[in-house]
Amino acid sequence: MLSVVGLSFVALLLTVGALTLESDRAEYDYFKYHPMDEISSWMVQMEKDHPDVVTVVDYGRTYEKRTISLLKIGLKTEAKKKAVWMDCGIHAREWIAPAFCQYFVRQILHAYKTDDKMAAMLTNMDFYITPVLNIDGYIFSWKDSSTRLWRKNRSPGPSGDCYGVDLNRNFDANWGTVGVSSNCSSNIYCGTGPISEPEAQAVAYFVGSRKEDFLCFLTIHSYGQLLLIPYGHPNFTASNYDELMTVGQGAAEAIWRVHGKKYTVGTSPDVLYANSGSSRDWARMQEIPLTFTFELRDNGTYGFELPEDQIRPTCEEAYSGALHIIAYAHDKTFNGAAAAAAATLWAVLLAAGVSGANLM
Amino acid sequence: MGLRGVIVLVGLMGTTWSFNATTIRPEAVSTDTFARPETTEETTEQKGAVAEEEAVEDVMATGELNPSHYPAQRAAKVVQHYLNTRYGSPYKLFGLKQVQSGNAEDVADSGRKYQLDISVHEIISDTKENCSAEVFFPRGVKQLSPQVQVSSCEELLKIDANSEEEALYQQYKTNKTLRTEKRLPDSYGHIDPEMTPFWHLGIVASSFIMLNESTENTLYNVAQVANITQLTTENDQLKFDCHVLLHDMVSQEIPQWKMLFTWSPAGGVKVLHTEQLPHVHDCEKHPKTN
Repeated sequence: MLSVVGLSFVALLLTVGALTLESDRAEYDYFKYHPMDEISSWMVQMEKDHPDVVTVVDYGRTYEKRTISLLKIGLKTEAKKKAVWMDCGIHAREWIAPAFCQYFVRQILHAYKTDDKMAAMLTNMDFYITPVLNIDGYIFSWKDSSTRLWRKNRSPGPSGDCYGVDLNRNFDANWGTVGVSSNCSSNIYCGTGPISEPEAQAVAYFVGSRKEDFLCFLTIHSYGQLLLIPYGHPNFTASNYDELMTVGQGAAEAIWRVHGKKYTVGTSPDVLYANSGSSRDWARMQEIPLTFTFELRDNGTYGFELPEDQIRPTCEEAYSGALHIIAYAHDKTFNGAAAAAAATLWAVLLAAGVSGANLM
Repeated sequence: MGLRGVIVLVGLMGTTWSFNATTIRPEAVSTDTFARPETTEETTEQKGAVAEEEAVEDVMATGELNPSHYPAQRAAKVVQHYLNTRYGSPYKLFGLKQVQSGNAEDVADSGRKYQLDISVHEIISDTKENCSAEVFFPRGVKQLSPQVQVSSCEELLKIDANSEEEALYQQYKTNKTLRTEKRLPDSYGHIDPEMTPFWHLGIVASSFIMLNESTENTLYNVAQVANITQLTTENDQLKFDCHVLLHDMVSQEIPQWKMLFTWSPAGGVKVLHTEQLPHVHDCEKHPKTN
């Protein structure tokens, strides 16, 4: 009799326990690489777990007709909101990038409940995060060990006998001018024309139709440990180059403070190679002021096959770097008026003080 | 930047967007040229443009170099490959830590010479040291390998891995059973601990190829060792056949090579034969093409 009661009590406890368990503690391992179907399920789960904050938004189709989706994350307000863009997995083999997007989502969803700064940012801005943009390519890279190093999308070439366009050469930003190939076999084949590819079109349409809202555009890649600023074409300098360098250096400093890893900051033509048609350059040309390419770990030892035990530290440092940029963008926009007024007042006082001193 | 500057920049950008494909920048062509030997795309106009671009590059990458910019970084990577060919082993692998300073100068018409101060990292013992090096990239009709000289790196090169190397050597000298089953690393970045010394060996052997193939327009790393098979020991040297995938950062291509090489603690790595595999088009795997 007592044992029956005991068992029922235990069963009751377990049931209650299960109901109150937060679903995001239900074992999604952010420190393992996940195939596309698991990532898609995870996105749906995120929306279920945080219905007031997270919305899955379908915004395009891949060549193979798969739906491209992002997570829109933000707290609902009446005011007009600004936006942050993050995309991962433009290049299929860069598996650490989608891992980072998923980690980033987890972090901001945890942080806003206890961190006032994050709460403010999610109130003033919506985060649009695409965990995998090049879905067809990503799935192909999971097919078997011989496809692991695929980079491009999966659209067939002009004659149907070679596959893939480098999506990060396909955007309408000095398209086809430098750092590209017109040969379909090349891994930097830029396509038949600017945004010829449906994956690039999806981004261009979604961001383009809201471009005034976006404060920053971050595109996540690997490897190389770099923070790249526009433009990829050596003859063009961004109008806010100094600001981009300063904010970039700040992000690199934040990254270094986490695990001591050095990330180099600069334009592509300076620190890597010249290129054209990148999503970052296109975003900057839409006048989104803070656009960065993150090239995550490592420096070539493991390259694209970064060991799973490095997922956590890589994500932690990249999160710190990304947050530096996002917080800067946010503070400039939402505390900017107060800061500008204070700066003007100081300038006036200083000028008065100096002229006063000269008169004496 | 003032308003006038912004207008000029916008004007420039507007002009560029109306450029057509025949004004492809030479750098694009030179990337293409170095990445794939069987280029058929080059037109006379593009070939002429390559010469122009190289002249511009000469001016830019001469004199004191910014250590974090690509010219110094690419030259330093060549030093890494050189060190691995000379001193690498299953238990000794060198990585480039940082470029501290660099200088480049033209040498008559024969090529360009880089002088570098770099910090080098022996990955397995986690030791760092500063080294000085000179890299000479010869210029010519036929693509020649760079020449490297290293100085003041002695401490790093004295790192003692003798007991591990000897143990591995003895284990496999008579027990010729090595045949890898998985790629190194696998898709998840994992390497079986027992296979790690052979991953290192694959990288060291690949360094001969990466060194030979390097130019000022490449940046090579080993992407993956597809397989290593042990062959019969010859002249007291362990002998291996391997298939490696390299990654050239500049072209983003994955050149594939097969190699025959030997190793012993005393002899180091010696490469007997190398063969580049043709660029694999995945259409060849599709049933409908045949």
